[in-house]
Amino acid sequence: MATAAARDTAGSPTAFDAPAGPVGTEAFQRAFDAAVAADERIEPRDWMPDAYRATLVRQIAQHAHSEIIGMQPEANWITRAPSLRRKAILMAKVQDEAGHGLYLYSAAETLGVSRDELLDKLHAGRQKYSSIFNYPTLAWADVGAIGWLVDGAAITNQVPLCRCSYGPYARAMVRICKEESFHQRQGYELLLALSKGTPEQHAMAQDAVDRWWWPSLMMFGPPDDESQHSAQSMAWKIKRHSNDELRQRFVDICVPQAESLGLTLPDPDLRWNEERGHHDFGAIDWSEFWDVLKGNGPCNEERLSRRRTAHEEGAWVREAAAAHAAKHSNDTTGATRA
Amino acid sequence: MTTTPSADTVPTAAALALGDDALVLSHRLGEWAGHAPVLEEEVALANIALDLLGQARVLLSMAGDEDELAFLREERAFRNLQLVEQPGGDFAHTIARQLYFSVYQHLLYDRLASGDGPFAPLAGKAVKEAAYHRDHAEQWTLRLGDGTDESHTRMQRAVDALWRFTGEMFQPVEGIDGIDWPRLESVWREAVEDVLGRATLTVPDGPRSGAWRAGAGRQGLHTEPFGRMLAEMQHLHRSHPGATW
Repeated sequence: MATAAARDTAGSPTAFDAPAGPVGTEAFQRAFDAAVAADERIEPRDWMPDAYRATLVRQIAQHAHSEIIGMQPEANWITRAPSLRRKAILMAKVQDEAGHGLYLYSAAETLGVSRDELLDKLHAGRQKYSSIFNYPTLAWADVGAIGWLVDGAAITNQVPLCRCSYGPYARAMVRICKEESFHQRQGYELLLALSKGTPEQHAMAQDAVDRWWWPSLMMFGPPDDESQHSAQSMAWKIKRHSNDELRQRFVDICVPQAESLGLTLPDPDLRWNEERGHHDFGAIDWSEFWDVLKGNGPCNEERLSRRRTAHEEGAWVREAAAAHAAKHSNDTTGATRA
Repeated sequence: MTTTPSADTVPTAAALALGDDALVLSHRLGEWAGHAPVLEEEVALANIALDLLGQARVLLSMAGDEDELAFLREERAFRNLQLVEQPGGDFAHTIARQLYFSVYQHLLYDRLASGDGPFAPLAGKAVKEAAYHRDHAEQWTLRLGDGTDESHTRMQRAVDALWRFTGEMFQPVEGIDGIDWPRLESVWREAVEDVLGRATLTVPDGPRSGAWRAGAGRQGLHTEPFGRMLAEMQHLHRSHPGATW
């Protein structure tokens, strides 16, 4: 990987006023800080602190990996979707997720890493993906619960990222959030159809919400006092709100939605707090969260192994495409668009 | 049953034949979700599956209720080609299946679109999708056939294995008029031979139908994997009779 400084020696245009003199000096740090403070966007060819670059690579890669691994629990139901309309919606959604993965790997690549390198790290277990995808989809209603709760939590997390200080990530998030909110509405609508359907369908919907509620709340990450990256990310304007703030916002949004769905949320301590103007809710089982994060969740093993298998079994296809492209690099007649 | 298509007579047998082809192939492609060799193919295979599912929904709706037809018929009542029900196998098998079918569908829909039969409106839209599917399959046939030794071997094995299912495509479909089937077959063969040749592959020389006579899928006689595919596809719908989703 080229160093940050090497990339900037070409005198490329910058979003903020780059100071004169050698790259990477304190003057650059001050100009960077001023640009972030002024809510300017940092762009790929701008100078940036190494730690800022590393944090973004980590976060964007993890985000991309989550889209890719996140295809699995839903793809689990594509071949069993109960109507052709639902099947089309689900296929389109899983396809969108692959597309989101592609946007995000592209955004990460602007920071000087390659998609292959990031995928290798995912496969080796050296980069994480969202712990929510280590839960199994045991019934059709889970597809709805994922749409409503998991995508709902993702949107709550991601909408502020549309204003993130790093331009390519922020722009990817604008596109992704539009599609995610569509998925979220479709998930809600799926659950509503079940909730208003037969008693068996209603029970299926309630069971799915019971199983997905707490894991969804864990998607916002550890409590603020245990979140190791939060303070720095907020200072860099990569993150705009704390984990606990976003979690509270999500709970406040979900409570009335659950009511109109005719479903209950599995938390006896959940109640409106007039004084705070927010819902109070019960304690999260953080030991489960850390277990899943450490690889001991219900599907960690399957998810990663499936991903590795797809990659390994596809190796000959990728090699063929590369070999074909190399043989025909001088062709003028197509067939080289690998 | 021989029907002459007119505005008020939907040729049900034909709608089912074309609709079942699209439905079943879409399902098979949907099985790739999360398994594709590269992310771009996750997108492409799902995209093709969605196009086919869209076609299936229009066609089955011409014949009746799309969900009843998809989820409540048993395998003897399905009219799809045996080719499209073949399991995905490796990526080369999926591409070979896609090449054979998409060239056929593109040629057939091109002819249907230019006619004034009941399928012209559907075919007019679907022919554009089929052209894209065909391009995708041809490009991959070239890459795999003329890629590495391994990919060449796999692609040759795949085109050989599926060859025996291709004769069925050119049996006249009941309720579709105005198609010169022998001519369609020779144009298809020319197109496929051209791609295989450019891909440095050998055109298979085996019979174009298997133990079943050509046209068996259209008569509701299918291959063994198809029953298991339907069992998976229909299980949830059948478990909740009368429910809406």
